[in-house]
Parts: sequence; structure tokens; C-alpha cells
Amino acid sequence: MAEEHYLELSENPVQFEHASSVNNVFFDEANKQVFAVRSGGATGVVVKGPDDKSSVAFRMDDKGEVKCIKFSIGNKILAVQRTSKSVDFINFIPDYPHTEFSQECKTKNASILGFCWTNWNEVVFITDQGIEFYQVFPDKRSLKLLKSQSINVNWYQYCPETAVILLSTTVQGNILQPFAFRNGTMSKMSKFEIELPVVPKPAKLSLSERDIAMATIYGQLYVMYLKHHSRTANSPSAEVVLYHLSREGSCKKSHVLKLNTTGKFALNIVDNLVVVHHQSSQTSLIFDIKLKEPDCALNIHQPVLPARSIHPYRIPLSGPAAVPSQPPVPCQLYSSSWSVFQPDIIISASEGYLWYLQVKLPPTVNLLQDKGKLMDFLLRRRECKMVILSVCSQILEVGEKGSLPVVATVFDKLNQVYKDYLEAEQSYTQAMESGPSRGSAAQKRPVRTQAVIDQSDMYTHVLSSFTERKGVSHKFIIAVLMEYIRSLNQFQITVQHYLYELVIKTLVQHNLFYMLHQFLQYHVLSDSKPLACLLLSLESTYPPAHQLSLDMLKRLSTANDEIIEVLLSKQQVLGALRFIRSVGGHDNASARKFLDAAQQTGDQMLFYTVFRSFQQRNQRLRGSPAFNPGEHCEEHVAHFKQLFGEQALMKPSTV
Amino acid sequence: MLMISPKMASGMQEKQYTPSLLSFFIYNPTFGPREGEEEKKILFYHPSDVEKNEKIRNVGLCEAIVQFTRTFCPTKPAKSLHTQKNRQFFFEPEENFWMVMVVRNPMIEKPNKDGKPPTVEYQEEEMLDTVYGAVVRQCYSMYKLFNGTFSRAMQAGGVELLMQKLEKFFYRYLQTLHLQSCDLLDVFGGISFFPLDKMTYLKIQSFVNRVEESLSLIKYTAFLYNDQLIWSGLEQDDMRILYKYLTTSLFPRHSEPELAGRDSPMRPEVAGNLLHYGRFLTGPTNLKDPEAKFRFPKIFVSAEDGYEELHLIVYKAMSAAACFMISASVELTREFCEQLDSLVGPQLTLLASDICEQFTINRRISGPEKEPHFKFIYFNHMNLAEKSTIHMRKTASVCLTSVHPDLMKILGDINCDFARVDEDEEIIVKAMTDYWVVGKKSDQRELYVILNQKNANLIEVNEEVKRLCATQFNNIFFLD
Repeated sequence: MAEEHYLELSENPVQFEHASSVNNVFFDEANKQVFAVRSGGATGVVVKGPDDKSSVAFRMDDKGEVKCIKFSIGNKILAVQRTSKSVDFINFIPDYPHTEFSQECKTKNASILGFCWTNWNEVVFITDQGIEFYQVFPDKRSLKLLKSQSINVNWYQYCPETAVILLSTTVQGNILQPFAFRNGTMSKMSKFEIELPVVPKPAKLSLSERDIAMATIYGQLYVMYLKHHSRTANSPSAEVVLYHLSREGSCKKSHVLKLNTTGKFALNIVDNLVVVHHQSSQTSLIFDIKLKEPDCALNIHQPVLPARSIHPYRIPLSGPAAVPSQPPVPCQLYSSSWSVFQPDIIISASEGYLWYLQVKLPPTVNLLQDKGKLMDFLLRRRECKMVILSVCSQILEVGEKGSLPVVATVFDKLNQVYKDYLEAEQSYTQAMESGPSRGSAAQKRPVRTQAVIDQSDMYTHVLSSFTERKGVSHKFIIAVLMEYIRSLNQFQITVQHYLYELVIKTLVQHNLFYMLHQFLQYHVLSDSKPLACLLLSLESTYPPAHQLSLDMLKRLSTANDEIIEVLLSKQQVLGALRFIRSVGGHDNASARKFLDAAQQTGDQMLFYTVFRSFQQRNQRLRGSPAFNPGEHCEEHVAHFKQLFGEQALMKPSTV
Repeated sequence: MLMISPKMASGMQEKQYTPSLLSFFIYNPTFGPREGEEEKKILFYHPSDVEKNEKIRNVGLCEAIVQFTRTFCPTKPAKSLHTQKNRQFFFEPEENFWMVMVVRNPMIEKPNKDGKPPTVEYQEEEMLDTVYGAVVRQCYSMYKLFNGTFSRAMQAGGVELLMQKLEKFFYRYLQTLHLQSCDLLDVFGGISFFPLDKMTYLKIQSFVNRVEESLSLIKYTAFLYNDQLIWSGLEQDDMRILYKYLTTSLFPRHSEPELAGRDSPMRPEVAGNLLHYGRFLTGPTNLKDPEAKFRFPKIFVSAEDGYEELHLIVYKAMSAAACFMISASVELTREFCEQLDSLVGPQLTLLASDICEQFTINRRISGPEKEPHFKFIYFNHMNLAEKSTIHMRKTASVCLTSVHPDLMKILGDINCDFARVDEDEEIIVKAMTDYWVVGKKSDQRELYVILNQKNANLIEVNEEVKRLCATQFNNIFFLD
């Protein structure tokens, strides 16, 4: 069976000392740092971040068990919570006093549930009775309360990307109150209610913080609620309910993801996909909230792909203990010791690893049979280009009956994205050209994502090799090329001439000149000089190509020189002369070129006519029939004299 | 059958008779070389009720003329024989097979006083060899399209089979010849192409490719709209004669129900609730009829090794017609026809309305058509494209022209002049009745313009034609 694991753990995990009785491990979602605190910090705190720069090691005095430990943004200030009443701070800014300072929560009798850094010097305490927003002054070793709000809190969640804190309030815990933080301000957003599957009687806390997560998907903030199945309510299986949290407006239930099973779940967001891990089956599901389900009601989603487990992972043995012959140890996936964090982090505290979850696109190709849907899915992924191109090659390879409509659908989807990008690019260029924008928001240059598959990509990776493959009927090749050209035209994208050349090459190879002729007749292959020249070169095998080429040059209206060349090469000297007159180029024409051609025909009368015509031109332009030395016509003058005698030369008019 | 269509001439009590078919016969001199066996040479003779000896005499005469003239030019045998009363056209399509058409010259009957029989004036110079020579060649091409070559019939079933086939084909075909309305267009035997924007054209391409892919039996497809060609998968020469058949015979025969066209109810019985106007012009008229026969006309087209025989399926929805050609070795079934109907019907209906829409948009852009003070015929030998503003829409019976036959004759004469030389040239003729006729030949293209400008001089006419070329033919290379 082909490779089917479409999820994998990152190859280079962050390693840290695993949790034990003397080593406590903490994770900070904001900075994505793991803290290994040995003996309350006395024997060392090792901080490992996603890169070496954010990794730090230090010691601090053991002042009791550490409940929570986090750096402010940029590792400027460390905050440590050891009691439920206060949080301690230590400066990590060089030249600032190093001694700890402490801040108690303002509310009497409140106990601190936790704290979050919203900036390098702004911190929020969340207590069971409300939130307190402080500014930290490291130099003065003090904090200033900026704002506070009292509200009963069961638990909280923090989304560092958007700096939004979500509080669970009321007895049942299902009224959620979000707060947004930005540059020293705290704004209360409108609260909303999570619909519980069963309302307990008497009321008790029914919404667990484990079942709520916040993440940004496609640039929008969502609150994800893992709604477990309940025997009493009419919900046979669990689902994930997404609430869209907009900055200004209210919070709306927006999507429902059907899990079709029950049990313990965990959520991740990877590449804008919602990943749902199911522990008992040791598999994961992925959902794309932008993928429309044709047979489902609005915004109810089924998994994009069948459930598969994360790709097996082997822990490489490293350090001095590693013996080369010793194989890496398989890692137990979906272990109960795993902790999952947003958006894409999985931590095994007992083993001392932090992984990023990743989506592998190649296996999805074989799991999703509907190619149109597959394209929709792939086009929204980050690393999609090569996979998309391979899918294109694949559907052309099979050449099954009825694959043309599929090919057409795929091309249309690719070109829609391509067109959107071109339009954005164009309007950006226009905005730039029209000077600095009047509005405050300067237009951003559109980002070219991997999903933009242009003509050269298609040509290089798909079409050129496809047309050369043996065993494919030429009918199919031409049909595919025409389909691509049709799709480009449909989106009003200018077709590059190398695609036309591919069409022509294929037609010529199979002697399908009449088809070519018809395509040109209807201007399906747009006019260009390279194309006209290509046609000229076909004249020996297909004489009508001559006419087609001349027509094309004529339509280009910038190719008069080429037309003259073609006519002269065909010894149609008079025709060339008449043409250059009709386009008004007679005065600047090179007499030598025409006389050469006329002389070559061996037709004396023709030579006479052409010669006289240029003499008359000279007379008109310069008042003398003689040729300028720069025109290099001495040879022709001599030839004329030899044929017709000196007296036949036109004499300068003596008027 | 003698076809005489008398026309009243102006003023006087004259009767004018147009050219008409006197006889048409096919013979092979090698089939009865000995004396007394002459009848064996004759493969087909029209009219059939002519007495045997006269048939033999006429054939013998033709044979003798061809034989005699050959001594003067062995490579180019005689093409026609002019006499006072009629003209004979000879054509040898295959070795030793001769087709002869005898046409009575147009004539004027002038009544005489005193009860004397009217005097008949034959206008032997009014007929053009090129026009009727082309008609004979067309007769052969049409026979060949439906029957293959003469020698093919000979190989398959000897003289007897050939004679049967000739009888069967020409008996009907000759009735459809309308010699009185033959003109320059018969010489060209061109194809009228439907003007279309690129996008709609690509949609048609896409349609053809998809149908050919899903119904892989289909070998070639041709697509027409409004009796004008848009796409041909057949080679040019085959398409030329098929086009002639479609536009002068098959389509006109089906034009009456078509006129009802849009008002006729859609067929509701089609699967998938997709209503469409599609129907077969060849083969079964009603797919639902349990007695329906799934037999289609067979045609012969050129292939790499000689000829191939194909079923001709013509399927039409509104003004769009698609011809599908399938190898004759395959037997076509009800299932196949149903499949084709359900696949092609809806798509073709949609395309037809697309094209119609596009066409009206283009027409609107180009503005209301003023009655131009010129008429023209254009022909391109390269792609056989022809365009005429002289001819009205062709019908089954006649091809109507909007200009006087004298002018058509001048056009024919100019065409003969063009045929004689290879080089580009231009001929301007001042006809009687204030008309100017201009013929232009540039590379492979010919253009004939009839201008009606009183008191115009040569320069003005020349300018006028230049203007016409610049507006009507600005996208092709036309030498001045």
C-alpha cells in the first residue's frame, strides 16, 4: 500500500530534560518555550525555544514550588508564579537590577489562576475574581495597574497570536468572555454562550477548559469547542463546533466538524487545517473549513480524508550513549503523556520532546479521489506547488475515459488562483504608479504563494514532458493543450507563445496541418512574431503556412519589415514595393535590398521598373534621381547601364 | 427528364430558356471494345428511355472526340465540346471511366408573325466551361462520398454492382442538379465559415474533445452553425464535399421543422432532467420508437491507405449541428445512440444558445447593417473559405443571386482569366448599366466586387475597392 500517513512529527524536535520528581517542566505558548526547572530553580532552569536564540539557561533561588514560569516577549523579563497571591519578576535586561520583585493581585481574597504576557512589559493576571492588567517597570522594579475588571472566572485560555484572553464564567462555565489586549489597552469583547449538549441539574461546572481551544484559521480567530457525545441528547458522535470571534462584532457559531466517533480527542491547527487526534483509535482527522461539502448543510464538515495515524516516529539515540548499531527506538504515538498545544505543538513531558505537527501533502493525493476537491484542498496549503504539479501529471498520465472534464476542472481551479494573483499584482502596480496612496493603509505587495501555478510552471513540469511521452494518443495531447488554453482564455490570462508552439509542434508531428489551419483561422493561437516565424519555417511541408504567416505579420502591424523580407525572398519584388508604398515606408526603404532581389530574378523589365521607381523616389526626395553613396547602389547602377545603356538613366530635371 | 423554366423577357413576347440538362452518361470504353458489344461500355445513361442505338451513338461520338483531340495534347484530354444547341462536358475521374454531361444552351424563342414557328436563338456564349466542368466533378465527388470509387464497386461486385450503384445514386442526384443557377460558387466549391470569437470557439473545441473522448468510437467530428462550418476533424477535401451535401441537401430537407424550432416543446423525457433540443438528422427520428432502425448513411473519406468507410451521424440542436463519424465496421446500437443523445443533446443545446448570444452581441457591436453599395464574393483557395454577399440563402431547390446573370457571367470570365496565370493581378470591368466589376487576386485569394456607382471613374472605383479591403479584410494580407 502506498504511503498514507499524511501527518508527521517534525524531524528535529526540541529536546529537554524529561519531567521527574526533581525536574518540573513548563510550556509557554506565547514564546513556545519549554522550561525545565530543577529543584525550584536552585540547580538550574533550562529554557529551550524553537531556535537556539530563544534558549537560555540560568539559576534562581528556590523560593518554593514553581506553579508557572514565563518570559515576556523577547526574553526581557521573567515572571514566576509560586503562590496563588502573587507573581515574582526578574529582569533579564542587561544593566538592570537583577533582584526579584513581586506583585500581589489587587483583589482581596482572590487567588491567581495564572498570568499572560501581552507585550515585553505588559502582563495580565487572571484571578478567580477577575483580571488585572499591569505595566511592568523593570528599572523601578515595580508594576502599575493599567486596568482591571472583576468577574467570576472558572478558567481561562490565551491566544498569544491575537492577544485575546478567554474567560469561562458563570456556574456552568459555558458563558465565555473574551478580552483583547493591544498597546496598553484592554478591550472587552462581547460574551457568548457555548451550547452544552446537556444542561446539568443542579447547575455545576460543565464546560472543561480541555474542551476549548483558540486558534487562528485562515487569518480569523476561532474558538473551538470539542462537543462530546451524550447519551441523552440526540448526538451519536462527538463534534467540534467552531465559533468565529471577530474583533469588532459578536461571536457566531460558524462551523461544525463531524467526528463520527466518540472518545478522547485533542486539537491542533496545522496549515489552516483543523487536526483532531483520537486517542483510542490512535488516528487523526483533518478538516478544512473552506472546503464546501456539496451534500451537507451549510458549514457542516466531514473529514477531508479518512482517518490515519501520524507517521511512525523513531527517537534517534543521541549523545555519548548512542551506539551506531543500535536502531532508533520507536516512539509511542498518541501516548497519554502527550500534551497538545495550539496551534501545532505536541509535547511529551515524560520523554522530553517537543514536536511540531506537520501535514505531508503527497499521501493526500491518493486518498482523495475527487480531483476537483483535491485541488481545492491543495491550493490552500503552504507547500503545495510540487504536489499540485504532480497531480496534474498524474491525471494526464492515466488518460482514462472521461478524464478531460476532470482535467478541465483542475485547470480552471489553478487558473482562478493564478488570475487572482495577477489581478492583485496589477492593481498593486497601478497603485504604485499613481503615486503614494492617499489613504493611510498603503497597499501591500501581493504575496505570491505556492498555489500560484503559472504557465511556465505548467509548461516545465507538466505539459512539455506530457507531449513527449510515448503511447499517449495525439488526440488526447491536443485536447489537453486546448483545454489549458481555453481555461487561460476564460480567465482572460494572456497565453504565452511557448504553449502555442507546443500545440503547433504536436500538430505538425502528426501531420494535422488542417487542424492547425483552423486554429489559426479562428485566432485561437494568438498572433506574435515568433509564431509567424515558426509558421514560415513550416512552409516547405505545408505551403499554406506562408499565407497564414503573412496574415499574422499583417495583423501585428509592427512587422512590416518582416513582410518585405518574406516577399523579397519569394521574389515578389513588385508586391513588396507596392506593400511598402501602401504602408508609407517607401521613402526610407533600402533601395539596395529591392534592387538586389530584382536583379536576382533575372527579369530585366522588372529590374528596370524597380530601378526607375527608386530613381523617381530620389528625385522627389532630394531633387535628383541619383542614389546616395550611403545606399551602396553603384553595382546596380552599373548593371542598369549595361542592360539599358547610359541614356536610359533618368536625368536630373533641370527645372 | 427535361427541365425547362421559361422566363418572360422584357417587353416583347420573347421566351427565355435557361441552360438545362439534356443527358448524362458514364461509360468505360474498355468494357466493350469489340464491334457489336458497344452497349457494354455504357454504365449509366440518363434519360434512361433513350433508344439503345442512340445511346451507343452518343457514347461513341464522345469517345471519338476524346480520342481524336488526344492526338493534339496527350496530357490534357478534351474537356468540353461547344455546339450551337448544346455543350458537352467530359470528365475522366478514374482511368477509362468517363462522365459526360450534355447541357442545352440557353435560348431565346422569338415568336414570328403569320403563324410561322418561332425562331430560336441559342446563346452559346452565355455558358462557362469552368462552371459546368465543376458541376460534373462535383457529381463524381458526391458519388464517391457515398459509394467510394468506381473501381471499388468493380472490385466488390463487378460491372453489375457498379451499374446498380450508379443507377441508384444518379437517378436521384441528377434531379437535384439546378443547372440554371450554377455560377462561380460552384467553381470554388468553397466552405462558408461561421465568424466566431475565440472563447466560444474554444468552448466548441472543448465540447468536441470531450465527446470524442467519452464516446471513443467517434473518429472524426465536424461542427456547424447556421449551415456554416466551425470545426472539421476531416481533411479539407472530404469536408468540402460533405459540406456541400449537408448544406444543399440534408439541412434544407430538415429546415421545415427547424423553422418551428424554438416554439416546439422541449423533450421532457431526457435523463437527468436536462431538457434539450437535440435530435438526429440521420438515423432514427425517434429514439423511443421500439421499431426504430439504427442505420446511418455511410460515407467514404480519404485515409492514409486509400479510403475508409464511416457512418455519418448528424445531430442537431437548434442551429448547431454536429457530425460524428464512426468506422463503418462497427455496428451502431440503440444503446450507443441513446448514450450519444443524452451526452450531446444538453451540451449542444447549451452551446447553440451560447453561440447565438455571442453572435447577436457581435452584430450589435458592428452596428446596424446599412445597405452597402457594393456586393462581393471572396474565396481563399488555401482554406476554401468563401463569402458572398451576392447570394441569398441557399435553399434545397435554388441558389438565389441578387445580381443580374450578366454580371455573374463577367465574374466567371474574370475567374477564368485568373486561372490562366499564376501571378497576382487585378481586373476592372465596366459593365453595361452603370456597374463596375472588380476582380482581385492576391496569392491564393480571390475577391470579386460589384459596385453600383453612377458616373464613377476608374480611380474612384479603385479607391472604393481599397476601402472595402481595409474594412472587410483588414486582418488578412491582401496586396493592393
